[in-house]
Amino acid sequence: MADHAISLERVSVTLPGADGPVLREVDLTVEEGELALVVGRTGSGKSTLLGAMCARVPHFTGGVLTGHVLLHGRDTRDHRPRDLADVVGVVGQDPVAGFVTDTVEEELAYGMEQLGLPGTTMRKRVEETLDLLGIAELRDAPLRDLSGGQQQRVAIGSVLTAHPRVLLLDEPTSALDPTGAEEVLATITRLVHDLAVTVVVAEHRVERVLHYADRVVHVSRDGSVSSGTPAGLMVESDITSPVVELGRYAGWAPLPLSVRDARRAARDLRADLLGTLERSSPADRSASGERRRRGHVARQGGVLSARGVVVRHPGDVVAVAGVDLDLFPGEVTAVMGRNGSGKSSLLWALQGSGTMSSGTVRVVPPATRAPTPETAASGGTGGTASDSVDPRVLGAAERRALVGLVPQSAADLLYLDTVGAECHQADRESGRLSGTCADLLVEIAPGVLADHHPRDLSEGQQLALVLAVQLTADPPVLLLDEPTRGLDPTAKAALSRLLRDLAARGRSIVVSTHDVEFVAECSDRVVVLAAGEVVADGPTAEVVTSSPAFAPQVSKVTGPGPWLTVADVRAALEGVPA
Amino acid sequence: MTGPMTSSLPRAVHPAAWWGWAIGMAVAASTTTNPVLLLLALCVVALVVAARRGTSPWARAFRLYLWLGLAIVVVRVVLHVLVGLKFGEIVVLRLPEVTLPSWAAGIQVGGTVYLEGLLAAALAGLRLAVMIACIGAANALANPKRLLRALPGALHEIGSAVVVSVSVAPQLAESVQRVLRARQLRGDTTRGLRAVPTVALPVLEDTLERSLLLAAAMDSRGYGRTEHVPRGHRLVTGAVTLGGLLASAVGIYGVLDATTPAMMGTPTLLAGLALSGLGLWLGGRHVPRTTYRPDPWRGAEWLTVGCGVFAAATLVTVSRMTPELLVMPLTPLAVPPLPLAPVVGLLVGALPAYLTPAPLRPAARVAHRGARDRVVVRG
Repeated sequence: MADHAISLERVSVTLPGADGPVLREVDLTVEEGELALVVGRTGSGKSTLLGAMCARVPHFTGGVLTGHVLLHGRDTRDHRPRDLADVVGVVGQDPVAGFVTDTVEEELAYGMEQLGLPGTTMRKRVEETLDLLGIAELRDAPLRDLSGGQQQRVAIGSVLTAHPRVLLLDEPTSALDPTGAEEVLATITRLVHDLAVTVVVAEHRVERVLHYADRVVHVSRDGSVSSGTPAGLMVESDITSPVVELGRYAGWAPLPLSVRDARRAARDLRADLLGTLERSSPADRSASGERRRRGHVARQGGVLSARGVVVRHPGDVVAVAGVDLDLFPGEVTAVMGRNGSGKSSLLWALQGSGTMSSGTVRVVPPATRAPTPETAASGGTGGTASDSVDPRVLGAAERRALVGLVPQSAADLLYLDTVGAECHQADRESGRLSGTCADLLVEIAPGVLADHHPRDLSEGQQLALVLAVQLTADPPVLLLDEPTRGLDPTAKAALSRLLRDLAARGRSIVVSTHDVEFVAECSDRVVVLAAGEVVADGPTAEVVTSSPAFAPQVSKVTGPGPWLTVADVRAALEGVPA
Repeated sequence: MTGPMTSSLPRAVHPAAWWGWAIGMAVAASTTTNPVLLLLALCVVALVVAARRGTSPWARAFRLYLWLGLAIVVVRVVLHVLVGLKFGEIVVLRLPEVTLPSWAAGIQVGGTVYLEGLLAAALAGLRLAVMIACIGAANALANPKRLLRALPGALHEIGSAVVVSVSVAPQLAESVQRVLRARQLRGDTTRGLRAVPTVALPVLEDTLERSLLLAAAMDSRGYGRTEHVPRGHRLVTGAVTLGGLLASAVGIYGVLDATTPAMMGTPTLLAGLALSGLGLWLGGRHVPRTTYRPDPWRGAEWLTVGCGVFAAATLVTVSRMTPELLVMPLTPLAVPPLPLAPVVGLLVGALPAYLTPAPLRPAARVAHRGARDRVVVRG
């Protein structure tokens, strides 16, 4: 009998300390050479499912697993993860966390050394793998000097050298910029097609992998698992890609999975959309909910103005090379650009806590921004440049009342042992009425209990808590550094609504992100950084549609036109504001 | 000579060979207080380091060892002036002396300082400084990580643990920095002890999480895989290793304590070491692990170790036969001799600078700017 690559027979998993099982009576087979995409909400047990497939659950995590997990006929009951190292390779979300050695070549060889392969075989496989992944020129580079995409490819290579027949990837692209993610995904598909490796990928951003997948495995919150063909499963799935949503809206069957399929199916839709453009008068167009056009409205009363910002890091690295930026109230600005283009450094410099080698940042403090009749009428919030202050000269507490920043690893800000205590502390820090932060939290994320430990919250809830803490100080400018990392689509949609809402109340929001779909949903304006310089700055629709790398899927399907999301399309066709 | 050693391609010489050479040089230096010979030894060591060290960070640490040596000489001289037993005839400095009770006969606080005593102290300090420079040379020339890779199979897991813990330290510093910066965002600028919990909790959490991730990753990549070892074999391995260690301990005791029977000394120590080696070999046979591109042990390695051993052997022999050649003449003070054999012995120690293959110079690769930036930003 030919073994399935992976087969789970009536598998239930209960993790230690959990009330109920994370996975319930799972029956699943993945055949050799398939690419299976695992989708599911955060906390639904995707990682547990992958862990069970490589014997980390329960050998490493503890807990109770009933049923059988077989990998090419080997039962994880009798095989520890290390005994499966020659059958299954595992790559995690953060490649750096799994590196054991410090140069590329040694890292590639590490797994083979553990398996005791002969030296000549190791030499050959290292060379093959370097070529397969296109990283031959990096062979003796220190791992820490590589870019994120390169690191992740080395991580994949380092498990591939052991010639595993199954590859498990847990959100391999979530920490990468679009280009890095493309590199990694191209590598993965190449492995599937050329080497017939069985690949199981868990990914929040379905749109990146869906069209490559042979099978989709959906993990529900209650721990049940269903699997099927991508087109079949996506009809009902609560986690989809914009293309699928568009297909569902337009009623296309079979459901398109890739931009190419959708574009071919969308001929009529495009004609309809263009028709609405021709029919509507310019005034209509702006009224019909093209909020992104607002960028063109002459904006007055900038709340933050930065001139010639330069950030140098030790080792003569210029992270930000002379950026001019004005931020306006009521606007969500997305900062995009590849990893290392200076996004984080810019946000930290704007906030005033990070290094800034030269340049000026002026912020109009809220007290002077009390709207006078004329400024209120012009849509600005008043205040003149002469009232503005440099946040750098203020104390940390005053600074955060001007510009709030939610850093990349938001959890760094949390250090108390209950959510309630964190909220209290936030009220004290910002000198607000007791309960301000708790109220904000209820508004942002209802259902986070005050007696929970902050570390037990999901990524989305942690982000909400940190946001509430930072909003307690009521800063007119709020900066968020890659907040979408690790958020599932539902949490991302909630964040997008929240940011729009905050902007509508007159705050100026800046979000740095790699997620073009999120940008399309949420932002009015996009600033693209490259090598520390601004290479594009304009209304979202203009900037993102002008280059394929930044274009959201819907715009690729319906383009050329100003429709970026399914909501835009619906608004245009049905005449309701988005 | 145009042998295979001079014409060989650039490669790293086996780290154990450098250690062998450095220990030889240190032994040679330990036999003499002759300043000419000591300075010659120092020059030889510095020459080899300059010629054959790589580009790694630890290769630049040699300078630190030299400063440490200088500090030792200075401290030795200062201590001599303050509390040393002064002797000699040529007065350098007159200091008042504190009279101490008779049980403190070895100590003389203050007192007249003589040139002879001062020189003796400085030279003793110099001897130690040169020995330390030899160890520093070994550190600069041999990649410590590669040395760990050369460990016998049975000790491999310890080696891995050391490598991992070494790489964790910078990560820890990075998380502390990141959290300190994040605290500012909450307007929290408390310093001192009260800030510790606010920094420690996120950092510890971070470290613990990373350690677990790394442990899981290493497990999945086969770290700690073992073959099934028969019970009998395991017992034999254990007994041999334990016996070897015990015998070594007894042997060391025997060597150091002159009153024990001769058999308890060197022979027992050698037997113990042999048994321990056998135990390691037996244990390693069942570790199904191989080493990727192990550093080869070829002519250059033999030559390197040989040069160190030759230098040590020459000076030890001379110190046995004509010890006066290796000692600085202090009473009466005279110009130190320049004996031929020790000079040749030490100069042979410099041969690795020319006869070993040149170290690998990695092609100047422009560090990926984005990546470095990203690391900084994270930190």
